[in-house]
Amino acid sequence: MDAGVIRRGAAASSGLEPSATGRRGRWAAAARMALRRVLFVVPVTVLVSMAVFALAAASPYDPLAGYLGDRYLTVGADQAAVLREQLGLDRPWIVWWWDWVVAAVQGDLGTSHLYGQPVTAVIGQRLPWTLLLAGTALVLAVLVSLLVGVRSAARPGGLLDRTVVPLAYVLQGIPAFVLGLGAILLFALTWSVLPAAGATDPTAAVGVGQVAEHLVLPAGVLALSQLPWLLLHVRQSMLDALSADHVRTARARGLPDAVVIRRHALPGALLPFLSVIGVRLPELVVGATIVEVVFSWPGIAAATVSSARAMDFALLAALTTATTLLVLLGNLLADVAYTVADPRVSADDQ
Amino acid sequence: MHAVHARTHRPPRPRLEGHRIMWSDVWVQPPLGTLDPSPVPRPLGRVRGRGPGSPARRRLVALAAAGLLAAGCSNPDARDTAVTTGTGSAATGAASTSLVLSDGYDTATWNPLNGDSDYTSKVYDGLLRIEAGTGGEPTFVPNLAAAMPVSNADATEWTVTLRDDVTFQDGSPLTAADVAATYDTAIDPAAAAPVASMYDMLDDAEATDERTVVFSLTEPYAAFPSKLLMGIAPASALDPVVPVEESPLNTAPIGTGPYRLVSTGPERTVLQAYDGYWGGPVPITDLTIVSVPDDNTRVQRMLAGDFDGTVVPPQLAEAFEGNEFDVVANPSADWRSVVLPMRDPVAGDPAVRQALNRAVDRDAIVQTVLAGYGTAASTPFSPVFATFYDQAAEFSFDPDEARRILDEAGWVVGTDGIRVKDGRRAEFTLMYYAPETLRRDLATAFAGSALDIGISVRLDGIGSWDDIAPRLGTDAAVWGGGDTPYDPDSNLYRMLSSTFDEAGSFDNPGQYADPAVDGLLEQGRTTLDPAARAEAYQQLQRQYLQDPAFVVMAFIDHVYVMRTDTGWTGWTPVLEPHAHGVVSWGPWWNLTEWTPA
Repeated sequence: MDAGVIRRGAAASSGLEPSATGRRGRWAAAARMALRRVLFVVPVTVLVSMAVFALAAASPYDPLAGYLGDRYLTVGADQAAVLREQLGLDRPWIVWWWDWVVAAVQGDLGTSHLYGQPVTAVIGQRLPWTLLLAGTALVLAVLVSLLVGVRSAARPGGLLDRTVVPLAYVLQGIPAFVLGLGAILLFALTWSVLPAAGATDPTAAVGVGQVAEHLVLPAGVLALSQLPWLLLHVRQSMLDALSADHVRTARARGLPDAVVIRRHALPGALLPFLSVIGVRLPELVVGATIVEVVFSWPGIAAATVSSARAMDFALLAALTTATTLLVLLGNLLADVAYTVADPRVSADDQ
Repeated sequence: MHAVHARTHRPPRPRLEGHRIMWSDVWVQPPLGTLDPSPVPRPLGRVRGRGPGSPARRRLVALAAAGLLAAGCSNPDARDTAVTTGTGSAATGAASTSLVLSDGYDTATWNPLNGDSDYTSKVYDGLLRIEAGTGGEPTFVPNLAAAMPVSNADATEWTVTLRDDVTFQDGSPLTAADVAATYDTAIDPAAAAPVASMYDMLDDAEATDERTVVFSLTEPYAAFPSKLLMGIAPASALDPVVPVEESPLNTAPIGTGPYRLVSTGPERTVLQAYDGYWGGPVPITDLTIVSVPDDNTRVQRMLAGDFDGTVVPPQLAEAFEGNEFDVVANPSADWRSVVLPMRDPVAGDPAVRQALNRAVDRDAIVQTVLAGYGTAASTPFSPVFATFYDQAAEFSFDPDEARRILDEAGWVVGTDGIRVKDGRRAEFTLMYYAPETLRRDLATAFAGSALDIGISVRLDGIGSWDDIAPRLGTDAAVWGGGDTPYDPDSNLYRMLSSTFDEAGSFDNPGQYADPAVDGLLEQGRTTLDPAARAEAYQQLQRQYLQDPAFVVMAFIDHVYVMRTDTGWTGWTPVLEPHAHGVVSWGPWWNLTEWTPA
């Protein structure tokens, strides 16, 4: 589904002539691409949501065990049968899925048995926390990778470059939960400069100052876990851009380095970065899940883990489907932006 | 044997004398070296440089300087409770009237029909409540009931009279209709209540007047008082009957208990003393509960001073071997055993069952596998229940006797060290629920002991109970119980009665059938006279020793950590059921009875 990325790379390296279409034409092409992709989003989402139910039906886990917890082992066969029927757990998975879809399109996502609340209420309470965490981390990671990546590429083999590249590889190899526990140990327990976890102190009011203080570590760790890929990518595309003909020409004409980098190399290097961010969205979701668990952040990503463990079907299906949608739309957005911004990129159909 | 114990890995320091908490009276000094045979690698949560001379830690210093006795807040001004500042020690009554606790569960719903708040809810009251005896044994005392329930002659009808001074947190008075509605909804299939299986002997609850409720049962049931602990909700909140998972009570509970729910959300849950509580004012007025499901994170936040107390896995308790914390353990009825399939020619053989019960070194298992947090056990009867427990009903660790029993029964040691009888090798498979490491470790320890007397046990870790169930009739399994422990009947009837004879069922998983045990189970179920009941269950234990269904190994302890300097005292140990957590259990189970140290 990312043919665009490959073609884009080919276009950039082979130095093809910019397409003759003007800005308006590019918008039109992007719109056509967006439409086709949206048509594609629907079946993918449907398939993913079906897969959730099918896989759950095939798994050895009994949703009744999640519902009853410890009582599952003492419930007795007759009572279990009654409960299954009442809760609708005895339906074939396809019927179950269809009932879920019909209710979902009417806005009823069902009740989360784990939280004893409507799924929409659970998401409404927790999603803002996740958006805050993931958004902050993404912005942070993008800014740092741009800043450091560009500087590092400007002097390949320089001190910064020689430090940053190996560091990025090492960082890429450290799991996010290790980073998280290490950060808590260092900043909260040893140095006591930041709170260990949570979104606020346990009894403090939920305010900007409190949340900001508590956001530093989890957002920092999440940003750090996303950083290496983005940074190395910026550095590489910057290196490519610096060796492009027009940049070398600019340099040959004696323009100062700063101008060459900012005016000539950076715009070309930035564009592929847009779609890389799109492609990295699933990683961000996974990273957020781990970071939320480690930092007891009250977000929706941590609730996904709990819902899967407890076989909380209504919540799990809603979250899986929503994540699929988010990733597909994020990718689409990045590609549209790319198509619109770069005249060399052809939309899928050309 | 100490049935009740609170331990730390360190001797109590003299500094603590001034505000030593009460359970130090029952504190048991673990013989160093037996409890901790090998140096355990430092968990991540351990902090270097803690204690005197360590770098000033913002929170703790701020708190200590102010003489505050509760922790958990980097900004003392934000505390909304009156706190005496100055140089006062805990003894001067400077204790904060708020507590911050951290739970290991993601969230709790607040509906008695969900079973989250059985026995010791902070928000709801039951008709009866438990009170801890001197040995930690729970006894029932009237709570919302004005007196203990009265039964008819054959224990099929129980009558409860209510107090007349009780109001719900919404202001409405408690009446018999509320009690009847709570119980009737619990057994209504339309509610699909998770607690329903606990009340399967209940036919109907009826309010005969404002203050009288009559429970009609489907069969004689002498243990019915143990079923009267469920929290009572107002009838208005239970009508119409909706599935429990959709009940408004889940997030907006209305009880008659000492605390009312102020707010609940993903960040925290806040409880505040209910002014109209019939039991009078409570000393600790504000409770904040923070859910931290990840064990490591919870330990780190406790170390960082975020909480006054939390629940920890025994293996992580070592992180709190510092100055500021007390590690305490409540005994539990949560027993761990190996269930033997009676119809298997090896594992079901009476001699093999007798031998295995003598081959297992239960004390060593408690010290190593349970890190000292447990009590060795030979039968599913907890020694905490002094009245029902028969002290003589124990298997002693005696591998030689085990070998002799096997020799005598014709199990001859083969060339490879494994015994053989009539051409059949002494081997069987032991399943265990793989996600729980404790069960895996118990299975491994058991297999080692069995091999020692010439019985080969193949281990099979399985990821789901549903894959274990169908094989229960043919393979052994690591088994537990104790989720409804407050009466021997609710604890054991389903485990031992041959009326449950279905292969692959969680009821009587080994398809055990002993006519004498069956008779005694029925006798205990239908006998109202306490002395005669106790005698029936003591006799049952002796009979069980002749014909064991399991190899019971231990009761596990539930381990909690508290700050030493909260300035409160009053915890008494109590036997906990399988379920536990900081809201209803732990040292905080009797919070309303705490007093300033």
